[in-house]
Amino acid sequence: MSLSKEQVQHIAALACLQLDEDEFDDIVAKLSSIVDFVDQLQQVPTDDVVPMAHPLDQVQRLRPDVVTETNERDAFQANAPAIQDGFYLVPKVIE
Amino acid sequence: MAGQQQALHTQSLAELAKGLSKGEFSSRELIETLLSRIEEHDRSLNAFISVTADQALAVADASDKARSKGEAGTLAGLPIVYKDIFCTKGVLTTCGSRILENFVSPYDATVVERLSSAGAVMLGKTNMDEFAMGSSSETSYFGPVRNPWDTVRSPGGSSGGSAAAVAARLTPAGTGTDTGGSIRQPAALTNTVGLKPTYGRVSRYGMVAFASSLDQAGVITRTAEDAAMLLSVMAGFDERDSTSVDHPVPDYVSGLTVSLKELKIGVVRQHFDAGLNEQCAARVKDALNVLEQQGASLIEVDLPNLDLSVPTYYVVAPAECSSNLSRFDGVRFGYRADGAKDLLDLYRRSRGDGFGAEVKRRIMTGTYVLSAGYYDAYYLKAQKVRQLISQDFKNAFEKVDVIAGPTTPTPTFPLGEKTDDPITMYLNDIYTIGANLAGLPGISVPCGFVDDLPVGLQLVGPHFAEETILACAHQYQQLTDWHQRCPEAYQ
Amino acid sequence: MNSAWEVVIGLELHTQLATSSKIFSGASTAYGAEPNTQACLVDLGYPGVLPVLNAEVVRMACKFGLAINAKVASRCVFARKNYFYPDLPKGYQISQYELPIVYDGELMIKDDRGEDKRIGITRAHLEEDAGKSIHEGLNQSSGIDLNRAGTPLLEIVSEPDMRSAKEAVAFMRKIHSIVRYLEISDGNMQEGSFRCDANVSVRPHGQEKLGTRSELKNLNSFRFVEKAINFEIKRQINILEDGGEVAQETRLYDSDRDETRSMRSKEEANDYRYFPDPDLLPVVLDDAFIAEVKKTLPELPDAKQARFVEQYALKPSDAAILTVSRAVADYFEATVAEFKDNPKTAANWITGELSAALHRDGMEITDSKIAPADLAALLSRIQDGTISGKIAKEVFEAMWTGGGGANEIIETRGLRQITDSSAIEKIVDAVIAANPDQVKQYRAGKVKVLGFFVGQVMKETGGKANPGQVNEVLKRRLRKG
Repeated sequence: MSLSKEQVQHIAALACLQLDEDEFDDIVAKLSSIVDFVDQLQQVPTDDVVPMAHPLDQVQRLRPDVVTETNERDAFQANAPAIQDGFYLVPKVIE
Repeated sequence: MAGQQQALHTQSLAELAKGLSKGEFSSRELIETLLSRIEEHDRSLNAFISVTADQALAVADASDKARSKGEAGTLAGLPIVYKDIFCTKGVLTTCGSRILENFVSPYDATVVERLSSAGAVMLGKTNMDEFAMGSSSETSYFGPVRNPWDTVRSPGGSSGGSAAAVAARLTPAGTGTDTGGSIRQPAALTNTVGLKPTYGRVSRYGMVAFASSLDQAGVITRTAEDAAMLLSVMAGFDERDSTSVDHPVPDYVSGLTVSLKELKIGVVRQHFDAGLNEQCAARVKDALNVLEQQGASLIEVDLPNLDLSVPTYYVVAPAECSSNLSRFDGVRFGYRADGAKDLLDLYRRSRGDGFGAEVKRRIMTGTYVLSAGYYDAYYLKAQKVRQLISQDFKNAFEKVDVIAGPTTPTPTFPLGEKTDDPITMYLNDIYTIGANLAGLPGISVPCGFVDDLPVGLQLVGPHFAEETILACAHQYQQLTDWHQRCPEAYQ
Repeated sequence: MNSAWEVVIGLELHTQLATSSKIFSGASTAYGAEPNTQACLVDLGYPGVLPVLNAEVVRMACKFGLAINAKVASRCVFARKNYFYPDLPKGYQISQYELPIVYDGELMIKDDRGEDKRIGITRAHLEEDAGKSIHEGLNQSSGIDLNRAGTPLLEIVSEPDMRSAKEAVAFMRKIHSIVRYLEISDGNMQEGSFRCDANVSVRPHGQEKLGTRSELKNLNSFRFVEKAINFEIKRQINILEDGGEVAQETRLYDSDRDETRSMRSKEEANDYRYFPDPDLLPVVLDDAFIAEVKKTLPELPDAKQARFVEQYALKPSDAAILTVSRAVADYFEATVAEFKDNPKTAANWITGELSAALHRDGMEITDSKIAPADLAALLSRIQDGTISGKIAKEVFEAMWTGGGGANEIIETRGLRQITDSSAIEKIVDAVIAANPDQVKQYRAGKVKVLGFFVGQVMKETGGKANPGQVNEVLKRRLRKG
């Protein structure tokens, strides 16, 4: 088993995922096997290789600074689980 | 054959287009026929998440009316289904996930916009692996899709709904997305044609992202000709997608008949290593012989890092997905857990309940490979190996025009067989993933059967060589009739 | 802080760029709209939407880089900073990490002894701003407004080169002045267009290793930056002198209590898992582009200040005040273009009367009720002796409240200075005659009484007499006797 339960707990916290207990054990096992599987990459010599982030060697295109969007709040908030006075609601954040 | 019209549901898009323009039938007749087939057959397949019957009929009527006035777009009145990963305005767009079970998109994806404005009629939205993460269409919140060739088996995935619907003649064409083989693999497993264009050829705007540097929209049809017709409409620059390529779009249909005489076809030594089912290998070799007889030459090439494509993919794709799926938090759209005691609880439970097991595994994998202390060892390493794999293809394409080989190592497998073993499931994509990592166009064409289950031939070309692989696939289909075969229960 | 401790400060300045549309979407960046009315699909992080970079943002960042003598990257990359927070709709912020657009810059400030000091600028990178949360008036909920989400930010990161709160403020003021000169930000701190985080640590003098730092947030005015840093320095020194250890943490400045306090530390959330954003491609800037931008650079504060000293013979301190803002400097130059005789007088009036009037009415100089040419006309009347400086203040007030131009006011109100010496002599004689006691005192050697007589004469003339002339006549007349 390459990943400890603590590591998996830490990852779940970073990813903001609630995992049930039985689900948790399963994920520890499967995640470990996935990590073991991808570990074969460690054997590949890649010293002078440039990392590849995009499949095509293209550069970013720039958009003119023009306002093209109008207010569509009502349409967009039709999908929202909780709204009030135009705000999206979340449980109170205390800072 | 007067009066002996070929049944509408068996016709290809190209044939239907001709029939419509000759006035042999109306779009309404065509759409009604297909809607009733969906009604009748989808119970056995679960290929659809939504069927948009009313909307389809209204668009069909409008199309018939426009046609009577002499106005008809290239796809006017022709049916299409969309994988439920494409945003469709006013229509449920779920990605096969509970977290989007109630999500009605307020906008159309560019692909949808382009096909609609060419006149295509949406029949519905097709089932898929949740967020396109899977190779069997079993991870959907809405239940697994079944393969029309054997309904206890998987149609492949993640675009399994579109593939099953096309194979069962519920529609002549459907869209799909391909991140690691999600169009080509289900096409191979359902006896359909699946085209994944070059990365950036078709806009990703409005396609819910899985892995942004790998995702590409394409189509599943029964003929390469139909795929060419659709690609001609879907392809092209989109200013809303920074990764979309501003490159002229050829008329893919007129390119279909380019001679194969001088074509150099690469046969990859590593494709025929252990792992490939022997009978599948035999079907693929038969297909290569057919192409050779047309004057193409077969040349052996190497993809030395082929084995590394799967582990590379399973670092890169989860890393991108872990970030892409962070926006699903139960605040602005989608599923929200009830009675959260605080913000963190809301996030964790909405995401914990909203995502299925495979999606959670991939988010976890991706989070891990990007996390402090592991980034260099996994993510950066995978990006470097990705470069090596891409270079292998570049080297091969210095010698050959296309690479041909198997799409999958085996024919389809029973539902449930691989769900408990992610690695075995992942290895199903060994032949398809390379094209995603390198951003290359690929197509799978029906090339025979093994124990009554379909097998696909995959053709992969260099960047923007869609014309070559389509011509090759089309001419192969002119010489073979595998694609004409229809599963018995759906004739 | 004259103790055994050396203070080390580095600043991160978040500058909203003054574009019309957002960094990655076509939504408006205007301030103060109804909640979520300027949040489009991209800003809301809707499924399927994609970012496209605003050209103006790149141009502005490049301009800033050139202004601080920095390198502008020929190739820069956007990266995702991953964390969950309600005002961050995508669950990641698009920022720049390994390859920022601007790096290796510098700036000169005056240190505590008034000497020139170089402050290094590590980098300036582009990123998107987050939305805002409100915590009042929605019962047990917080409300999220994503209008600000996606507003372009230039985050300017200094080297830890500052050694006091005063230096930190001087640096911040200088950057504030530069971004406004470049017209890449309105610098409005109340609206959050210019925000500061400060990294503060202390170490024993002579020690090379940096002390543990705390990051101060929420410093939304120059005054708060100074107060918060000074509070923090004392706090850290107290801890260290008591034998304790400073914790590395983020602290929030509470301006009501004038103190900093620890923000609930979310250690786990600090693993941001940066990686290149696959939705955006590398930004490539060639020399021709950079050269084009260079052509648009205005004269910057330091150069302008030096020129003002040279060209207008101003004191460096006056030149510094006039060049803090480009608008003030422009006003000054427009004034002296019409009033060439005495730039020093123009400087005094602009930093004095005009600045006070603007401040009183809460106005910017660009909205001044008195145009430079009108001020020049007023100053010309002082210069040519038509009115005294004192009367000029009265005329200025009248002009400010819409009474017309300087000449018009002087004429219609009869404010022209009395320069006719026989008229002045008459009044002087009358004053002398009316105040025999004071005349005696003066003649007995109490020359200070002269002031009394001047006052009386000015009172009689309604301030219109030329004070020099009055002095001269009084002295002459009083000597007689």
